[in-house]
Amino acid sequence: MSGVSPIALAARDITVTLGGARVLEGIDLTVVEGEWLALLGPNGAGKTTLVRALSGTVRHAGSVTFGDGSVTGDGAQGLRGPRGRARRIAVVPQTPVIPPGITAFEYVLLGRSAHQGLRLSASLDDRRRSLAVLQRLDLEPFVDRDLATLSGGERQRVVLARALVADAPVLVLDEPTAALDLGHQFEILELLADLQQERGLTVVTTLHDLGVAGQFGDRLAVLHGGRLVAHGTPAEVLTPDAIGRWWGVDATCTVDAGGRVDVTVRRRRTDASPAGAPVTTPADDATPASGR
Amino acid sequence: MVPPRPRDLTVGLVALGVVAAIGAALAGLVSGPVTIPAGDVVAALIDRLPFVSVEHGLSTTSTTILFDIRAPRVILGLAVGALLAGSGASYQGVFRNPLADPYLLGVAAGAGLGATLAIVTGTARLGAGFVLPAAAFAGAILAVLATAGLSLRRGRPGGPAALILAGVAVAALLAAVQTYLLQRHADSLRVVYGWLLGRLSTVGWAEVRIVLPILVVSAAVLILAAGAIDVLAVGDEEATTLGIRPGLTRALVLAVASLATATAVSVSGLIGFVGLIVPHGVRLIAGTRNRRVIPLSMLLGAAFLTLTDLVARTVQAPAELPIGVITAFVGAPAFLLILRSQQARA
Repeated sequence: MSGVSPIALAARDITVTLGGARVLEGIDLTVVEGEWLALLGPNGAGKTTLVRALSGTVRHAGSVTFGDGSVTGDGAQGLRGPRGRARRIAVVPQTPVIPPGITAFEYVLLGRSAHQGLRLSASLDDRRRSLAVLQRLDLEPFVDRDLATLSGGERQRVVLARALVADAPVLVLDEPTAALDLGHQFEILELLADLQQERGLTVVTTLHDLGVAGQFGDRLAVLHGGRLVAHGTPAEVLTPDAIGRWWGVDATCTVDAGGRVDVTVRRRRTDASPAGAPVTTPADDATPASGR
Repeated sequence: MVPPRPRDLTVGLVALGVVAAIGAALAGLVSGPVTIPAGDVVAALIDRLPFVSVEHGLSTTSTTILFDIRAPRVILGLAVGALLAGSGASYQGVFRNPLADPYLLGVAAGAGLGATLAIVTGTARLGAGFVLPAAAFAGAILAVLATAGLSLRRGRPGGPAALILAGVAVAALLAAVQTYLLQRHADSLRVVYGWLLGRLSTVGWAEVRIVLPILVVSAAVLILAAGAIDVLAVGDEEATTLGIRPGLTRALVLAVASLATATAVSVSGLIGFVGLIVPHGVRLIAGTRNRRVIPLSMLLGAAFLTLTDLVARTVQAPAELPIGVITAFVGAPAFLLILRSQQARA
């Protein structure tokens, strides 16, 4: 860790128990301002629970300290209630609830809630900011469209717009590309990288795809069984050894000059085809199991 | 550059609601067994303002009919309509359920049992007619408190589904007790039945004085909470990340809306459908945002109930139809139409 960059988010000893089971155990994690942290780990590792703990939607032990020094968590002084946290951390949920009949503009305006007091109408400033973010994300044609009528990629950008308009320094996204095809995945992630630069945002994403994480994350953290098992640069974390250990998959990892990592996975079991159809070529990972 | 979108509550929409309410009130003041010309009504109203004197040419009898019989009834109709429609819109918002109505958490069953108790024990005739509304009000509030208490899980709010289920259970239990009482006191059946169907006949200005402060307070709370109710539409977890306390918002809104409903019911009986069809009609005009739906529902609910009452007291004059019959007669088909149009859109 550099030690000079200011800290945007510091989780200390985060422990979550759900239904009697320890889902997260003693997570210590620091995110530096302007950094993109990718949370990795197999299903059930606790990635989403950590996102929920950071965003304050699940009860947890331990504390979260933000860049301005405010602290949340049990027994801590400072931030109380969701309003203060919402101004410091904006969330893009994995499966957002889309209210029936809501337009893209109305939906984005919800992102200003933590800045609004009791008022009869959203202020002119709130409405202007919402429109500006919609325009920045090339959503101008959809401003007054019913959100339910947009495509998956367009809708995901509207959800991102709702998080951006909150003007929080930290943006947390839970699997932001899970429902998108390859092209739209990269469109969203490149957009996120641009916004991170433009606005000096600190970004925390959970990601399933190790290849994507190696391309976009500045630092990666691996969760396994509710514990933090690895944390570092992509080159430090994404090694064939680590991928084999935590995911049980054989992979080759190539580090490029910029420190980005290409991850290529291949089948471990060369006899994985159905019985009676033996596969003989070990390197033949691209051949479909069935005829077509 | 796209121009900024209009405010949630535009002058045009508010004007529409205000004009509708004033128009309905004037119609209610003008019409009846004795027709008082609209011009004279307006002149007499202006004459009542302090420091203003206007010639209105109304006889003493007409002035008495206007100010002591029709005016309190019209104002009560406006207030009850506003309370029921505003509460209905709020219930639908916090429960994220378009079929929620303000009687959902046991208000109707509680008020019904309270009124029945007052009538069968004969206490309804005591206390200058105020025992009946007081009993109905107490029954309604106790029923909602029982519902809220039963929905708690380990001392914490149990969420919308737990509330609705508790409300159903409480309503069923109270209705059973009420039915048993009516079985034992068949002679009171007609009176109880008449009360259940709802009516706006008053004993003068007394009811208005009780209802107006509740109307002012609940209108202020519900209209200012509308923005938070809109955020609840994305579910409790997302609402929390947007900076809203879902449990607190829901508790506050339901408490105020239930108080408003209990007050309305205690002076008017069980008037059905207003809390359901008026907010839905408003959504067809003004969209689904509660910052529009709640204030407009109050204004148009006031207009709707005043006009319904006008129909109830004139179509079979001098006999009066129960107003609940009219609202249901208009409301049920309107409700089915709305339901069908929503299904067609989905």
